[in-house]
Amino acid sequence: MREVVEKKVLSENDRVAAVLRQRYRDENILCVNIISSPGSGKTALLEKTLASFPKDAAVAVLTGDLQTDNDARRLAKYGFPVRQIVTGGTCHLDARMVEKHLDELGFRGPGILFVENVGNLVCPSSYDLGEAAKIVLLSVTEGEDKPLKYPGIFHRSSLMILTKTDLLPHVEFDPKLALENARKVHPEIEYIALSSRTREGFPEWMGWLKGLQEKVQREALAAIS
Amino acid sequence: MHEVGIAASILESVEAEARRRPDTRFAAVGVRIGELSNVDKDALEFAFAALTRKTSLAHLKLEVEWCPRRQKCLACGEEYAVREFDLRCHKCGENKTSCIGGTELDIAYLELEEPCVKS
Repeated sequence: MREVVEKKVLSENDRVAAVLRQRYRDENILCVNIISSPGSGKTALLEKTLASFPKDAAVAVLTGDLQTDNDARRLAKYGFPVRQIVTGGTCHLDARMVEKHLDELGFRGPGILFVENVGNLVCPSSYDLGEAAKIVLLSVTEGEDKPLKYPGIFHRSSLMILTKTDLLPHVEFDPKLALENARKVHPEIEYIALSSRTREGFPEWMGWLKGLQEKVQREALAAIS
Repeated sequence: MHEVGIAASILESVEAEARRRPDTRFAAVGVRIGELSNVDKDALEFAFAALTRKTSLAHLKLEVEWCPRRQKCLACGEEYAVREFDLRCHKCGENKTSCIGGTELDIAYLELEEPCVKS
C-alpha cells in the first residue's frame, strides 16, 4: 500500500532557514551566500569588500572551511566581526551551522552579513541558509562552460561575479561566452566582472549590494504595513 | 558528494514516521530528484544502502524518480522538458519561460508492507 508523504528531503534545514530569514527581516540584515569552486577568489573579494566599507559600517562575515581558520584570520584584519565555521570535512554549510555561529558572532542589524560558503559548486546549492541572494563566483582561470557543468548553482544564484579580470590578457577566457552559458541555464542571472587586485568593477559590486539592501528593506517595510 | 547527508535526511524522516506508527513496517521510500538538485542518483543509492546495511531498515528500498528540467512558456502556456539547455518554447519559440521542474528533492511516498492475511 502506498502512502503519499510529499515533503522536502531537507525540510529540517528549510525550517531552520525560515527562522533565519525571519530573523534577518526583523533585524534588518541583508544576508548573501557566496559560493564558488575552491580558489575562485571568495576570500579575496571579501577582503577588498570589507576594506571598501567605512570603519563604523555594520557588516559581518561567517566563513566556512573544511579544516582551517585561515580565512577568518585574513578577514579579521579589517576590524569587522568575523567568525569561522569549521565544518570538519562537510562539503557545505547548512542552516543550523549558520544559526549557531550567528549567535556566537553577536551581530545585530541593520547591516550586511556575508556568508562565505565552503569552496564547492555542487553541495552548497542544496542548502538554503535564509539568505536574500546566492552569489556565484567564476574566475577567468576556470572554463567558460562551468555554468553548463554545474547548472544547479547557476540556476539558483541571483548574481554571477566573474573574478580575476586583471588576468584576462594572460589567459584564453571569453567572458561573453561564460555569461552566455550562465544565461542558458538562468536567463535572468545578473552579472558583474571584477578584479579584487585592481578593484576594477568594485563600484558596480558595491552598488549591487546597496541596491539589494534597499530592495530587501522595502520588502520588509511593505510586509509590516 | 553530499549524498550521504541527503540519504541520512531521508532516513531520519522514515525513522520519525516509524516511531509514530510502531505497528507499521515500510517496504520502500519514494523520492523525487531533479536534475538541478545537484544530487547524483547512483551516489545516493550507494549511500542509502551503506547507511541501512545491518540496521532495522536494511529491508527498506529506495525508489528514485529522476525529474528533468521542465519549463513553462509564458506566451502560449506549453510545458515541456528541456534538452541541451535550450530553454525556448518547443511549440512557439518564445524566449520568456519559467522553470517549473527539475529542482525537486522530495520524499514523495512510503510503501507500506502488506499486512499478513490470516485465513
